[in-house]
Amino acid sequence: MAARKSTKKPNVSAEELTTYYREMLLIRRFEEKAGQLYGMGLIGGFCHLYIGQEAVVVGLEAAAEEGDKRITSYRDHGHMLACGMDAGGVMAELTGREGGLSKGKGGSMHMFSKEKHFYGGHGIVGAQVPLGAGLAFADKYKGNGRVTFTYFGDGAANQGQVYEAFNMAAIWDLPVIFVIENNQYAMGTAQSRSTSTPDIFTRGEAFGIPGEAVDGMSVLAVKEAGEKAVAHCRSGKGPYILEIKTYRYRGHSMSDPAKYRTREEVQKMREERDPIEQVRELLLTGKHATEDDLKAIDKEIKDVVNAAADFAKESPVPHIDELWTDIYA
Amino acid sequence: MAIEILMPALSPTMEEGTLAKWLVKEGDTVSSGDILAEIETDKATMEFEAVDEGIVGKILIAEGTEGVKVNTAIAIMVEEGEEVGDLAAALAPATAPAPTSAAPTVAAAPAAPQVDLTPDWPEGTSMKQQTVREALRDAMAEEMRGDEDVYLMGEEVAEYQGAYKVSQGLLDEFGSKRVIDTPITEHGFAGIAVGAAFGGLKPIVEFMTFNFAMQAIDHIINSAAKTLYMSGGQMGAPMVFRGPNGAAARVGAQHSQDYAAWYMQIPGLKVAMPYSASDAKGLLKSAIRDPNPVIFLENEILYGRSFDVPAMDDFTVPFGKARIWREGADVTIVSFGIGMQYALEAADKLAEDGVSAEVIDLRTLRPMDTGSIIKSVMKTNRLVTVEEGWPQGSVGSYISSVVMQEAFDYLDAPVINCTGKDVPMPYAANLEKLALVTTDDVIAAVKQVTYR
Repeated sequence: MAARKSTKKPNVSAEELTTYYREMLLIRRFEEKAGQLYGMGLIGGFCHLYIGQEAVVVGLEAAAEEGDKRITSYRDHGHMLACGMDAGGVMAELTGREGGLSKGKGGSMHMFSKEKHFYGGHGIVGAQVPLGAGLAFADKYKGNGRVTFTYFGDGAANQGQVYEAFNMAAIWDLPVIFVIENNQYAMGTAQSRSTSTPDIFTRGEAFGIPGEAVDGMSVLAVKEAGEKAVAHCRSGKGPYILEIKTYRYRGHSMSDPAKYRTREEVQKMREERDPIEQVRELLLTGKHATEDDLKAIDKEIKDVVNAAADFAKESPVPHIDELWTDIYA
Repeated sequence: MAIEILMPALSPTMEEGTLAKWLVKEGDTVSSGDILAEIETDKATMEFEAVDEGIVGKILIAEGTEGVKVNTAIAIMVEEGEEVGDLAAALAPATAPAPTSAAPTVAAAPAAPQVDLTPDWPEGTSMKQQTVREALRDAMAEEMRGDEDVYLMGEEVAEYQGAYKVSQGLLDEFGSKRVIDTPITEHGFAGIAVGAAFGGLKPIVEFMTFNFAMQAIDHIINSAAKTLYMSGGQMGAPMVFRGPNGAAARVGAQHSQDYAAWYMQIPGLKVAMPYSASDAKGLLKSAIRDPNPVIFLENEILYGRSFDVPAMDDFTVPFGKARIWREGADVTIVSFGIGMQYALEAADKLAEDGVSAEVIDLRTLRPMDTGSIIKSVMKTNRLVTVEEGWPQGSVGSYISSVVMQEAFDYLDAPVINCTGKDVPMPYAANLEKLALVTTDDVIAAVKQVTYR
């Protein structure tokens, strides 16, 4: 990975580190459980897991303020948990139950939370990029000082509408952070086979949009880059691009056998770069936490995820009248 | 506590699979993420990972076994120091079936709307002559004066004053914050407008023509129309997509399509297609206030045509209410948009031959006032529909099916749909004329259904 590595000693409190550990672990355990429920047939259709990419959304949420907006693709469970949406409501949406955040009508790829300023959950590759620029357009129009985190993948980065959005975001100075979550594979096609430039953020130069590559396996590096991008947008300087180099451990979706890469490649990333292990190491070597402290967190997270799964299994299926609601406001 | 490992479903369509290979054996300690087995699904060979840590206590299904049903126990995991024993037999059934809801039948669609016969404006209202173009501009200006969140964006809407001058004067009055020239990138600016609507604004998006909106149709349908439903009612797109639709004159196949039938099909969208200036104004004002995405189909040829418009402070026309332009007894002619021109001309000529035609302008296609059509057919027993679009999957074919299902016994002749011809629009003047629906087509159809 060509990502920049921070050489500085992390300037971060034990409390913050513990928070990141807890939030990333929640996403991982949640996704593992979702994979399990999928295997049991309780989750249907497509289900795209975020395992391996946890530091991206946790790092950027740490740089966000109340009222900032976020929007992403169909690989959205981690984003929802990171912005504070209830794990039970997310899991029950996956199982298509009444207790789901979209009442079971959206599913894995289409979740939203007005309360948390989370604008989806979009299943069309790249569509969320102009939508995210539009959210920023609304904020600029209202002059409320908010920024929008618009997440998309290295695959979506080749969609034409992304560059239409870059152009308008630049000419109108929209307060939008384009977050390219580069997990190196557009479904099964490696970046080197799909994308003309090794560093996708450099494409912003053509539009006058500054950007940088970030080590997406380091939550601290992501947070630091996020803070810089937020400051840029909030000061009225227009959009900013963060290309966060990350890695997904699982297949593109549950039905992807991932034969386009070696098991060794995945294993190497897990062993050497895992975002959760990195924070765990920092906590232990910095004597911010003991093994027992971390075990207690692990247990706590496991309980949250198990409770979410139980809720998602027990919540009733939507009432049949829901078929005809929410079509028109 | 011992737990069963179940045969996983590893694709949306998998019901059973082959347990191709075990990668662990009894007694192995595994941790979360370790690969337990390879499983052949209906699509591919997949690796199956452990979710929990533990010891493989017993393998229940040997490798190479085919046709293993999803959710069959394939192994038992135990914790350290725990015995497998006959736990396999003692374990409870794998998963409870999903709870089912009370009533087994699908709820019925809402009933057709009641026929609303209230006049569009109070009797005695003074009228003024206005072109459709002026009426549309006034509608936007009035709504922008009343609501700061309403803004207009599109190609050439600001400094150029509108490609068809519909937005003339709006930049001067409202400034560049609210009247915004976009680059020629329909897909992108439509997406930005939908995002702005999610974010609390009420955008009016002008397409230079709806032919160019095909570049943007993904955002119109997938982003704007479906989000309210997908979000369980949390957020939607209160906005208007407007611009000229259908054929102008001599602009060829790529600039002449009528999209009425396309957009009319989409739940979550509302669709208006006015003919007169008063309806253009009243419906556009309603569209801007509507909390849903509205497709507003105008017509370049009609922009310059003048009609009476009521001189009222706040004149609106509701959606889903047809307008009866002409009452008649012998046949019902239903149309909308520029099709009304042919319908009304035909009715005039037919009257000279002693045929009394009732002419209905649908004004909005979604919601559609099918109640008014059926009520009229119950009186006239004959129906002709008129539109500029193509015949297959047309607005008229939908109306025909509704009338057949709800007023079959009242029909004295098959319904005829007068449509544009089933060809791309030709450039040559004579061929273009042949491709469009004409007043003569309507007259011929009426004569056919009245057996004259």
